[in-house]
Amino acid sequence: MSVALAPASAGPRHWQRFPLWKRLARLAFTLCAVAAFVASLRTIEVIPEFLYDAPEQLADLFGRMWPMDAGYVGPTLRALVETLHIATLGTLIAIAIAVPIGLMAARNVTPNRALNLFAKFVFVTSRSVNSLVWALLFVAVFGPGPLAGTLAIALRSVGFTGKLFAEALEEANRGSIEALQAAGAGRLSTLLLGYWPQVKPAFWSIALFRWDINIRESAVLGLVGAGGIGVALDTALNLLYWDQVAVVLAAIFGVVILAEIVVTALRARTL
Amino acid sequence: MIPTARPASSDAAGRVAFRPNWTARAGWALLALYAVYAATQLGFSPERFAGGLAHGQQFLARMFPPNFSRWELIQSGILESLQIAVIATVIGIAVALPIGFLAARNLMPPWVTWPTRILIALCRSFHPIIVAILFVKAIGFGALAGVMALIVASVGFIAKLFAEAIEEISLKQVEAVRATGAGFLSTLIMGVQPQVLPRFIGFATYQLDSNLRNSTMVGIVGGGGIGATLFTAYQRFDFDVVLAILIVIVALIMVAEIVSGWARKVFQ
Repeated sequence: MSVALAPASAGPRHWQRFPLWKRLARLAFTLCAVAAFVASLRTIEVIPEFLYDAPEQLADLFGRMWPMDAGYVGPTLRALVETLHIATLGTLIAIAIAVPIGLMAARNVTPNRALNLFAKFVFVTSRSVNSLVWALLFVAVFGPGPLAGTLAIALRSVGFTGKLFAEALEEANRGSIEALQAAGAGRLSTLLLGYWPQVKPAFWSIALFRWDINIRESAVLGLVGAGGIGVALDTALNLLYWDQVAVVLAAIFGVVILAEIVVTALRARTL
Repeated sequence: MIPTARPASSDAAGRVAFRPNWTARAGWALLALYAVYAATQLGFSPERFAGGLAHGQQFLARMFPPNFSRWELIQSGILESLQIAVIATVIGIAVALPIGFLAARNLMPPWVTWPTRILIALCRSFHPIIVAILFVKAIGFGALAGVMALIVASVGFIAKLFAEAIEEISLKQVEAVRATGAGFLSTLIMGVQPQVLPRFIGFATYQLDSNLRNSTMVGIVGGGGIGATLFTAYQRFDFDVVLAILIVIVALIMVAEIVSGWARKVFQ
């Protein structure tokens, strides 16, 4: 691996920053990426006729959006509150599920390989299914409405929050935990007094981060009937009331920016 | 809950080893109260939940076994999703790099960084699906709308993180390169690039994963890819086909995650 070592007899040593295998692997990855890009560009189906009038269509779109429909502000705001509830409650449920499974996934808390793997499997399943797909499934089960949306948000977030929470647990310092165990603390006391103070900042930061993501995600769930402001958006879109669409988009933009400001402020206070 | 109060000893009467934190407990209680309030606001009820579970059984029965008989359709949809993800990631990164650079406050004056930052926030604030709706209206149904939507999402994410990565670099190396008489471009390539490359590969592979996830979904609003097939099968209640498509999507995403893990290792 160490190509930097030149034969002793050769003249000046030839130094290289990275070993040969790494440079070859980098080259291979770069080539693959370029090949994939070129192949995609050449085979993707684009209908050029649609492109010719794109500027006109865009101008038309904005022309229809302005002025916004003031009468739609009321329903939009009600739907917005529902979206906020879906995102927040979904995050809370996700945390409630993710904490026990996260404890199961952390190797230092649960010294059982099978349980660790089971927990990791739950996280991967949760993360690899998009929240819109979760929403589709729950709409089929519970019918259209915010219940499906909340559960979709919750299950999609379990993987993310749980994985990060387990990683935070695994990084916890052994010192204070061993001290507690030496003093005769039970399992619950060790968790509450040994691990919790150490992972608390990470926990809140993960929860806030996910809440911020969930606000964005819950805004589109309504497109498949899972409640929230997406329903208002879908209705307006289907009726081609672009002036109402504009109201909904402005509301989503506002709440996303507001959530980001809240998260930043809370982070600055708690961390 | 925490029975660890130490018996009051002679020297420090009433000293408690782990004092209960009443503000924190009140906070937890408030959160629990909120959860109940939100649940009632959203109209949850145990009956609805129980009814859903019965429904769920029927639903699951109709999903199994997965039906791969429309394999050609699934294959072409997946391929289109992959194409959308790859093109959107490459172009998105190409657009995001200069924007991220313009947003770095340690290299650029405020009158450049502020407008750039607003642009980035605008790109980030809408979910790719919503952006896809607008592009479908502007450039019609098909893969191109999906590509454009994911380019916007990639720019929002990569430019922001890239700007943060640049803001964290050590300026000493940049200065050292400048001191040798290097021009602007050489300073960038020799002073800035080596410091941000590993993190940049991290963002890029993460964005490819994220674009792949979303490219399987933009089809729901007409943006091309497997999403259209998935949604059609769902609306026709062909739940066994839905399951087949979901299995393929999850497999694809897992393979992509493994490959991007290798890429991060190689470029670290």
